[in-house]
Amino acid sequence: MLFPTTSPSQTPSRVVITGAGIITALGLGWKPNAEGFRTGRTAFRPVSLFDVSRQRAKSAAEADLPAALPSTNLSARQIARLDRAASLLLLATQEAWQQSGWEPAENLPLILGTTAGGMSLGEAYFRQAVQMPHRHRCQPTRAVHYQPQVQARMVLDALGFNGPITIVSNACASGANAIGHAWELIRYGPAERALAGGYDALSELVFSGFDALQALSTTICRPFDARRDGLALGEGAAVVALETLESARSRNADILGELVGYGTSIDQHHLTQPHPHGDTTMMVMRQACEIADVTPGNVDYVNAHGTGTVLNDSSEALAINEWAGRRAATLPVSSTKASIGHLLGAAGAVEAVVCLMTLREQWLPPETLLETPDPACQFPIVQQPRDAHVNVALSNSFGFGGVNASLILRRWA
Amino acid sequence: MSRVFVAGLGAVSSAGWNVVALREALDKGDPLPTQPMERPGWARPLQARLVPNPSVRPEFLAHPRLRRTSPITHYAVATALEAIAGLRAARDSKHRLGLVVCLQSGCVNYSCRFYDETLKDPATASPLLFPETVYAAPASHVAAVLEHVSLASTLVGDPASFLQGIAVGVQWLEEHRVDACLVIGAEETNWILADALWHLERPAVITGGAGALCLCREPELSAGVELAAITDAHTYSSGLDRMQAARAMRGQLDQSNLLEPVRAELLLGPAARFTPKAFGAGCRPATSQELLCDGLGNNPRADAPELAAWCDWTGPRISPKRILGEGLMAAAAWQCVAACDAVASGRFVSANVSLVGSNQQAMGARFARDDSGISHLSAGGSPGNIRP
Repeated sequence: MLFPTTSPSQTPSRVVITGAGIITALGLGWKPNAEGFRTGRTAFRPVSLFDVSRQRAKSAAEADLPAALPSTNLSARQIARLDRAASLLLLATQEAWQQSGWEPAENLPLILGTTAGGMSLGEAYFRQAVQMPHRHRCQPTRAVHYQPQVQARMVLDALGFNGPITIVSNACASGANAIGHAWELIRYGPAERALAGGYDALSELVFSGFDALQALSTTICRPFDARRDGLALGEGAAVVALETLESARSRNADILGELVGYGTSIDQHHLTQPHPHGDTTMMVMRQACEIADVTPGNVDYVNAHGTGTVLNDSSEALAINEWAGRRAATLPVSSTKASIGHLLGAAGAVEAVVCLMTLREQWLPPETLLETPDPACQFPIVQQPRDAHVNVALSNSFGFGGVNASLILRRWA
Repeated sequence: MSRVFVAGLGAVSSAGWNVVALREALDKGDPLPTQPMERPGWARPLQARLVPNPSVRPEFLAHPRLRRTSPITHYAVATALEAIAGLRAARDSKHRLGLVVCLQSGCVNYSCRFYDETLKDPATASPLLFPETVYAAPASHVAAVLEHVSLASTLVGDPASFLQGIAVGVQWLEEHRVDACLVIGAEETNWILADALWHLERPAVITGGAGALCLCREPELSAGVELAAITDAHTYSSGLDRMQAARAMRGQLDQSNLLEPVRAELLLGPAARFTPKAFGAGCRPATSQELLCDGLGNNPRADAPELAAWCDWTGPRISPKRILGEGLMAAAAWQCVAACDAVASGRFVSANVSLVGSNQQAMGARFARDDSGISHLSAGGSPGNIRP
């Protein structure tokens, strides 16, 4: 029963990550992504998925899907119904699942963040309904599989487990909120483990939307650069397997890292613009630190939301300055959106996995195309690939609508 | 074990812009009239139950954040303000408020308009429309209007997800992260949504609107109703079809309810004794003081699992969708609002909500009378359409 439950545990469980899956424009899986982020490779190219000839921006970070999906429990018919977003989700989840070593279970929560779900199917539905209204072929399937909960169910069927599905859609904070929500479920019960992450594929509507807002860069996406002129879109997915430390130890699992803090709140300033002083951003970073029992002095790396828009980056820079205080002068910060673009509902989850990579492999992901750091940044922006001692990493995610989230991960050694 | 109370309710539906209008329509029991909805390329329009224009323009629409917003936001804000009115009257506005907005279809009006403009010429697609297409837009606007929202989230899923939204609100309350939590289910409608429903459930009549519950921890803020149970989410999968999930939900709700007859008799005396009927394993007798608020529409195929799960139910029941229309997540919220309202008005000791979602899960909940609070929700009324 979800209610009533026994009172929340007074002693929260420690929550560790025992599996991580990732697909971005840098590649499929941990290894190519780690290599790409470590060297600061950028993965933008002309958009091929839809026509952008009449848009201001022409490029994005498209992911390369494998020619065939890996073997799962899905039937050929089910596989044929997967759209691009669902395929990205399945690929990331399968990697996390395999790495975790979990067996199929009956009550395993799946918590996902997305902003667009199966948007490409919705677009196809709309085009056919307008252009060929009396043709019904494929429309019922599109109407169902467009919905993110149906895409999530495909993951359950593919991997052979069952459990509650929760779809969080707090715009670009969705992925971080999904992981944070899973963490809370495990930390205080009732769950002992959960799969959580985020996914989004490029779609014409969303690309056009950001282009209409003139939020897309027409040059190069350069978060925190004084001459930045906008964000670049990308696509991908990331999923992590979370479980209590006791559970992981009991089966001698390989622990990738520990999730130790999560803060979230809502900025009511504007639907699409952050508060100029980053008040809510600062608040969620402080919340996460308080829960994690760390100070900015203990944080070794910040993976910023850093979209590359003028308003976001200046607001976030002020918030980081204020939150970090004197530590700001030596606190390494970067935005990996410089490499793979803004993954929207997947961003928070992908960036959490990037933090895991920095903790596991002890390097910092650079923004190699950054030219002139914004003077508002009182912190050093990582510009060159380098090894580093990283014990604690913080990841920021903020969304349209104002939901902000921060996750703090700790190295497992 | 903690207790969670309902501090207020809100509803916007094809019946009107408050809970009273919803109650009156349900009591009357007649399906509300339908209106034509034009569908491009078709001579014959689809039918929909549209939310009527409010008799007086709501004051909240003057809020600067609500300029250019679409109907779903108007519905969500209206229900939020109605549901929170009691809480605001009872204490100053400095409570920490949580907000969970649940959607299935979401902001379809501006999504269609914006994509239509994109297809015609992306260079002239309106930047004012795009931000209103995101699922998170209504929650953002509600938070801006209410101000003291400290925690907010938007959940997407099939209609049973509304109970997941309530469970999230309960979690925030139990962890003392908020003092009260609004849970809103909202939808708007347009021709493409009606077209999609026509493909999937031809007898259904699409509608829009919203419903809201304001949850709290403190008994003194209770409107006379408390949350008694929420079942697990019985997720459909290759190993669990809708029929099996609906049965599992029913069984779990019954298991959680074994003490309810005792409670009914304590509260209402011997008149509340149970109707003598044999029940199968795992089931228990219904009482005339216990309402079933189900999610049945007018589609035999879609309704079959829920009908089967409750085939032995002998108590009174009500089916809001048959009167108000298929409101997706809003309809799930109306079920909960109607259940709480029936209990708060003193007509029932408890009310079960059955949600057998279209493509994700079956979930159930029960709301029960809380005698520690004073009901300010309802002036009561005759059972009307509630079928014995």
